[in-house]
Amino acid sequence: MGFEIGGKVINNRLFVGTGKLPDYSLIKRMYEELKIEVFVVAVRRINPEKDKGYSVLDFIPKGATIMINTSGARNHKEAVKIAFIGREITGSDWIKIEISGELKYLLPDNEETIRTAEILVKEGFKVFPYISPDLITAKKLEDIGVCAVMPLGSPIGSNRGIDSEILIKAIINEISVPVIIDAGLGRPSHAAKAMELGADAVLINTAIATSKDPINMAKAFNYAVKAGRLAYEIGLPEEREFANASSPLADFIKSID
Amino acid sequence: MIEKFLNWADDFLKEYRQKEFNFNIRRILRKEEINEEELLFLLYDQDDNNLILMAERSKKLTERYFGKVINLFTPLYLSNYCLSGCKYCGFSVENKIKRVKLNEEEIIEEYKAIKSQGIDSILLLTGCDRINTPFEYILWAVKEARKYFSEIVIEVYPMEKDEYRILVSNGLTGVTQYQETYNQKLYEELHPYGPKKDFWYRIKTQERAIEGGVFEVTLGILLGLNDPIEDTFKMLIHAKYLMKKYPKVEINISFPRFRPAGTNFSEKVKVNSKTLLRLIFSSRIYLPPLGITISTRESPEFRDNIIGYGVTKMSAGSKTSVGGYFRERDSGIQFEVEDRRSVKEFVEVIKSKGFRPEFTNWIKGEIA
Repeated sequence: MGFEIGGKVINNRLFVGTGKLPDYSLIKRMYEELKIEVFVVAVRRINPEKDKGYSVLDFIPKGATIMINTSGARNHKEAVKIAFIGREITGSDWIKIEISGELKYLLPDNEETIRTAEILVKEGFKVFPYISPDLITAKKLEDIGVCAVMPLGSPIGSNRGIDSEILIKAIINEISVPVIIDAGLGRPSHAAKAMELGADAVLINTAIATSKDPINMAKAFNYAVKAGRLAYEIGLPEEREFANASSPLADFIKSID
Repeated sequence: MIEKFLNWADDFLKEYRQKEFNFNIRRILRKEEINEEELLFLLYDQDDNNLILMAERSKKLTERYFGKVINLFTPLYLSNYCLSGCKYCGFSVENKIKRVKLNEEEIIEEYKAIKSQGIDSILLLTGCDRINTPFEYILWAVKEARKYFSEIVIEVYPMEKDEYRILVSNGLTGVTQYQETYNQKLYEELHPYGPKKDFWYRIKTQERAIEGGVFEVTLGILLGLNDPIEDTFKMLIHAKYLMKKYPKVEINISFPRFRPAGTNFSEKVKVNSKTLLRLIFSSRIYLPPLGITISTRESPEFRDNIIGYGVTKMSAGSKTSVGGYFRERDSGIQFEVEDRRSVKEFVEVIKSKGFRPEFTNWIKGEIA
């Protein structure tokens, strides 16, 4: 089941980051074998010289969607410049705004991200801001006209899963643009959880790239994303503290005077 | 400010040496963050089994922050003119070597030769000499380098903040400046005169560069000059200070071991490979987001084995004479290279280790 995002119909809700991969040739395999469609590429990693075998662009299959990313930018001015350079080299207008607020927890600077989004939306980009999970930031971004918001589950590479469930849930409940959980998802079960919560997609980088077997790990995430989404669409049972009586007696009790 | 931190580090080291510690290494390695006492425990530890555990922890942290990637760069010496008399350095003013400086045409030839190997990150070096290699010379070299490379780092004499600002707006991305040793007394003995003599002006280079707008800085010590633990500990305190003060800037460290350089100087402390591994792993465990550079001063065997265990950046195909990529010159060398393999050969080694050799580490074009 496809979903609409950024002016496209995307069939696979698992998005994959490429920056930490041991070998770019894995991208093609993920695209062909696992039908993963969206790949995130940092502009700072794109060697503009194509066809020499060392630019990541040489490894991205034609039908795939490239989401470029502004990582390395320290403020909105740099992020905007990086976005323009990235669009020029790749031809893709899908831009993940990533502005590091600091490099230890790798947490994004929400304020600079909002300023960048304002500019890039006006410039016709399809904007995907990466944010700390803050509902107010997400709402402002929605008003600006971004294609999705990408709150982090927990810090990049931390493999902690969704550490701030209540904050993520608030964003999913209150925002009408798609929500993509980005960063911190270390296990397929974390991805399944994100999808069960109602996320529209997840973005995985470290957990796949640094796995002993990236293809099969991507496959595991792929199953988890599909399972979580399916369960969400069916509707998950509510968690209860006590046993829930669902005996035929209940119907009988209601039917008598 | 940094003075305060380094003085503190001095006192802390002295106190530590008088104490007896009994840390549990496994407990240290399970922690998300270790403190300075635990760092010193790791630095002083001598147990091989512990070293193996440290290697594994270092590997995990490196992958988490940097992925399965080794960034490659190549150094280019623009000139060997120098006004400093550093006792261990091949380019010291007292060394009777032929002094050479690349002219504009020669710089372009060398850039093209380096670029043709696929390299996209360049480190430009000169001696400490504002007369023969003035600011304008460096500026020209940086501007021209931007036509070929995305990452441009300089390792020249310490500059003023405004000079860095001009260089950054013309393509400079980073500054490397080795303190060589953090022991001030020894520093002053080894650098008796010349622009390099001023210990504190040099130590504040990275801060001036960051305030001038660079994206990354590298600190360094030359192993062999001093007690490696003292220098490593203080360098890490310096790195942590910079990380806290400038959280958006990438901080790297490097600890080259002394190599013969055509001087009479012989190293005071021999740092063996096991010790160097310990320094690398301890640094990674103490400051996980830290970039760690290993140059071609190290042997092919050491370089091949360290991939995956803490190092993030490596030079390849390096020459330590002036120029040398397009044309060999009789210029003397700053130090001897141990790993003489070509970029191509080294790329194959990185791949065989399950890592991605990465040539591009910044954006080509005007960002800052």
